[in-house]
Amino acid sequence: MGEDTSIGGARHQFPLTRWSVIEGARSTEPAQRQRALDALVSAYWKPVYKYIRLHWAKENEEAKDLTQDFFTRLIEKQLLDRFDPAKARLRTYLRVCVDGLVMNTDKAAQRQKRGGDVVLLPLDFESAEGECRQLPVAAPGGPEEFFAKEFARSLFGLAVDRLRNECEAKGKALYFQLLDLYDIEEGGKDLTYEEVATRFGIKATDVTNYLSYARKEFRRIVLEELRTMTASEDEFRREAQTLLGARLA
Amino acid sequence: MTFLSDSALERLREAADQPDLSGTRYRLLEKLGQGGMGGVFRVKDSTLEREVALKVINIADPGLSARLLQEARVIAKLEHPGIVPVHDSGMLEDGRPYYTMKLVQGESLDELAEEIGSIADLLRTFLRICEPVAFAHAHSVLHRDLKPANIMIGPFGEVLVMDWGLSKLLAGTAASDPLSEIGTSNGTSVSLGTAHGSVLGTPGYMAPEQRDGESVDPRVDVYSLGAMLEFLFKFMPGVPAPLAAICRKAKAEDRSERYASVTDLSNDVAKFLDGLPVSVYREGFLARASRWIRRNRTWILLLLAYVVMRVLLIIFRPR
Repeated sequence: MGEDTSIGGARHQFPLTRWSVIEGARSTEPAQRQRALDALVSAYWKPVYKYIRLHWAKENEEAKDLTQDFFTRLIEKQLLDRFDPAKARLRTYLRVCVDGLVMNTDKAAQRQKRGGDVVLLPLDFESAEGECRQLPVAAPGGPEEFFAKEFARSLFGLAVDRLRNECEAKGKALYFQLLDLYDIEEGGKDLTYEEVATRFGIKATDVTNYLSYARKEFRRIVLEELRTMTASEDEFRREAQTLLGARLA
Repeated sequence: MTFLSDSALERLREAADQPDLSGTRYRLLEKLGQGGMGGVFRVKDSTLEREVALKVINIADPGLSARLLQEARVIAKLEHPGIVPVHDSGMLEDGRPYYTMKLVQGESLDELAEEIGSIADLLRTFLRICEPVAFAHAHSVLHRDLKPANIMIGPFGEVLVMDWGLSKLLAGTAASDPLSEIGTSNGTSVSLGTAHGSVLGTPGYMAPEQRDGESVDPRVDVYSLGAMLEFLFKFMPGVPAPLAAICRKAKAEDRSERYASVTDLSNDVAKFLDGLPVSVYREGFLARASRWIRRNRTWILLLLAYVVMRVLLIIFRPR
């Protein structure tokens, strides 16, 4: 599976564990700061684009511009420095920043700015636009719920990609294929373990064990990714509870 | 990045939430439900070859772990037919504690109340909810999260009070109430109302003092039971004035105006069911007479029949 952004792609070479993007973004070390921002953009650009596109009902081109603008401002104006984890979750803070941007941006000024020295992030808007077409136009649960769900989709997507890479690196590609079959592909759940075992030429007990391993690893990766996307232990716990405990609307 | 459909997202979320039971004697069968702090799964006990329910928290969190273990200990302490027995407890490989309990087949009160039927049946169900709560209070345990969703009605009409996750041991040390310690990163005490940054309990069923993080006593459960009685009113064709008065008393904002105990509350409901005057409602003469007649209907009918027979005998007596 290809990377949507070169920014998101680079972080897979340097797995981020046990530290937060907020910590990194506030670092005085440029390399660490850049890695943190890359990680943040990688996890959030699709939720931001879809949120602008569907919640704010912006046209495709305008949503692209606003998404670029949002992350540019986030980096240039160091908006993450103002984030206070005691007051809100990072996810909520970013959504509110997006709301502020969309409400206050003057289109003409925005275009003028794009014509300047701003470096555009290489984001794959075509894929995001394709995903938008599969989503309901009106989010039933309101903006917060919509954004939370798109963040979950993005985070899980990153985790799936990472699990695939890690399984392949360990010579356990089959483990990932079983998870892909059962938990990602449509209709996979209808297959019995015996049918799957026959298809892959393994024993039914292997299916149970491999699937169990892949799911356990998937959970670990999701929690690791989530930890990087939260600013405090408390926020991490609450986000994990939301992500794993509650049914996503 | 891989795009995940809504259904794939949901399947992956469930997959990530599944407990890894390797190293335990249990085999995962299916997820039964999701509570505030964890999921409940139907599992097979491979040693005893029976199905049980396994409750496990979603993430390895010290506060939630303490709450889960507290819940298991509280339930284990309360041996009552209205409280599901705990079988076992342990720790998963990823550091999440779990406990197993009897697998209860049934539906929650909020799902089933509509089918219960008459006022008398609804009130009898209510009284059976009061029994285990009063029993728990007698053992110095408060439930603190009583609501219809936490009441299970079994296939044979058995009533079970579930989810003791917010329970509190009265007269215990601070350690007996893990909620009082949640979020105390700086070592200072945190009131119940702000533990974990949010109110623990269910709005609408939570007593004001619990909502405000004040100290609590058995009257918090009296309040919740009052709210539950009010919930049952929705399924009654009309609410008799004495019942409404009982509910008002149980749900008084000021706890000093509430019933002092669950037993006092259930006694009043039982009296109403038996056609007796309740302690919190002063009836007028007509209402009292009407209730007296209803209560003594059989004797009155017999007396009337006797009088009618005597009159008929007098009228038609052969001269």
